[in-house]
Amino acid sequence: MSVLLNVRNVTMHFGGVHALTDVSFQVMQGEFLSLIGPNGAGKTTMLRAITGVVTPQFAKVELGGVSIVGLPIHKRARLGMAMTNQIVRPFVTMNLLDNVALAAGHRRIATVLKAVSSVDKGAERKKAQELLDMLGIGKHTQENIQGQPLGVLKRLEVARALALEPKLLLLDEPLAGLNHIEAARLADVIVEINKQGLTVVMIEHNLGEVLRVSGRLVVLDNGRKIAEGDPQIVMRQPKVRAAYVGKEAEDAAA
Amino acid sequence: MGIYELSLAIIVCINIVLALGLNLITGYCGQISLGHAAFFGIGAYTVGVLAKAGFPSAVCIFAAILMAGFIGIIVGTASLRVRDDFLAITTMGVGFLFLGIIRQQEGLLGGEMGLSGIPTIGFDKPGFLVIAFIAVILCSALSLYIKRSWMGFAFDAVATDEDTAKLLTVDVAAYKLTAFALGTAMAGLAGGLYCYFTRFIMPDDFGFLTSISVLSMVAVGGIGSVPGVIIGTALLTLLPEMSTFLSDYKLLFYGAMLFAVMRFAPEGIAGIGTRVVQIYGRRGDAK
Repeated sequence: MSVLLNVRNVTMHFGGVHALTDVSFQVMQGEFLSLIGPNGAGKTTMLRAITGVVTPQFAKVELGGVSIVGLPIHKRARLGMAMTNQIVRPFVTMNLLDNVALAAGHRRIATVLKAVSSVDKGAERKKAQELLDMLGIGKHTQENIQGQPLGVLKRLEVARALALEPKLLLLDEPLAGLNHIEAARLADVIVEINKQGLTVVMIEHNLGEVLRVSGRLVVLDNGRKIAEGDPQIVMRQPKVRAAYVGKEAEDAAA
Repeated sequence: MGIYELSLAIIVCINIVLALGLNLITGYCGQISLGHAAFFGIGAYTVGVLAKAGFPSAVCIFAAILMAGFIGIIVGTASLRVRDDFLAITTMGVGFLFLGIIRQQEGLLGGEMGLSGIPTIGFDKPGFLVIAFIAVILCSALSLYIKRSWMGFAFDAVATDEDTAKLLTVDVAAYKLTAFALGTAMAGLAGGLYCYFTRFIMPDDFGFLTSISVLSMVAVGGIGSVPGVIIGTALLTLLPEMSTFLSDYKLLFYGAMLFAVMRFAPEGIAGIGTRVVQIYGRRGDAK
C-alpha cells in the first residue's frame, strides 16, 4: 500500500498555546484512520493544517508524494482533499441540493472563464441528488437551510465533501450531534465509501463507532502524538486510557 | 416628452448602469464598496480628457470602460486582504484618494474647476436616451446572465461564506477580482455617458455622497436583484425631482430610506415584492 498523506513534524503555536508539537503520521491509500484524543488535543488544528486553513510554524505535508506546504486552500482542495466542518457551515442562501451541486460542479468553477461560459446545472444537480439520497436526506433537497435539524446539516456537510470527488476525505466529528441510529447509519455510509476506495481520516469522540469502523488510530493529547496503531491495541495502552479517562484513573492504577 | 423629462430619463438610465455595477460587487459577490463613485468619475474623466483631445465618442466610451475596469482590478487586488468593515473603509479611502488626485491635477483634469467644453456625443436628447437605454439593457442582460451561470453560483458562495468556498475549490480571489473588474467597468460606462450628457464635470460629482447615494439605491431596491435595483434607482432618482421638499432634504431622505429598508425589509423592494407574490399565491391556492 502506498502512502497517500504524509504529515511530518507539524508544530503549531497560537501565542503561548502549543496546539501541536512535532506531530507526524502517515495515511495509507484506501485506509480508514481515526484521529482521536480529548478536547483541546489539537485534532481539528491538525486537519486545518493539512487543508491549509491554518499555517503551522513548521510542517511538511505531502499528498500523493507531492508537497502541498505553501499552497492556498483552494489549490489543496483541487489536489483531492475534502474536509467537513465540525460546526456545520452550509451556504444559507442556497437550498440543500445547490449546496452539494456547487461542489459537484468544481470543474466548472475552476476558472472564471469556464464558470461564465457554462449555465446548465442539470448534471450536477442530478449528482447532488444521488449523494443526498445516499446519505438519507434526499427528500429534503429543495428545502432551505434555515430550520433544518443538525442531523440533516451534518450529513449535508459529508455530501458536499463527497461531491468534490476527493482522494482523501477529512471528517471533523461527523457524528457529533446525531442520535444513536443516525450516527450508526452515517458511519456505515462512510465505511461503504471507504470500501469503494476512498481514503478517510476522521476525528470523532464517539468511541463506540470509532472502534467499530476504523482500521487504525492516531491518538493526540496536548498537541502531541501519544499512540498509533490497531484500534483495540491502542485503546488498551495505559497512557491512552489516562488521556481519555483522566489523570485520576492513572493515579488510581498506580 | 419635454426636454426636462428626457433629461430625467437619461439620468435614471445612467444611475441604473452605475447601480447595476455596484450590485455586481456588493450584491452578487458580497464585497461592500463605499468608493463606487470614484470609478464613475474615472469613466467620466477618461471621456472628458479623450473627447477634448478629439477622439471619436465610441473610442472614448470604450476607453472609459477599460480604464475604470483596469483601476477596479488594481483596487480589488489591494482589497483582497481585507473584509467587511475594513473593506468598507478601504474602498471609502479609494474614493477620497481619487478626489484628491483630481483636485490637484489642474492642467489635465481641471482641478477644482472641473472639465468644461466637452464635445457633444453627436446625438440629440432623444438619441442620447436611446443610447443610455441600450446601456441599461446590456448591463441588465449581462447581470441576469451572470446570475444564471456558474459564475453567479460561485459568486453566491463567495458572498455567503468565503472560507467554506475555498475548501470547495473556489478560487475566491479570482472571483472577487472579476466582480470588481465587471462592476467598476459598468461604473466607467455610466461615467462616460454622464460626461457626454452634462458636458461639464466637477470633482464633487464623484464624491463620497455619490457613493452613498448609489449604495442607497441598490439597498433600497434589493441587494442582488436586478429588477429591484432598477426600481430602487428609478425611485430614489425621481422622487427628489418630484418634490422640492425631498430635493432640499435629499440626503436626509436617502438616509431615512436606507434606515427603513435595513430595519424593516433587509431584502429591499425586491424582497417585499417576493413576499407579496408568495402571500397572494397562497391565497390563490386556498381558493
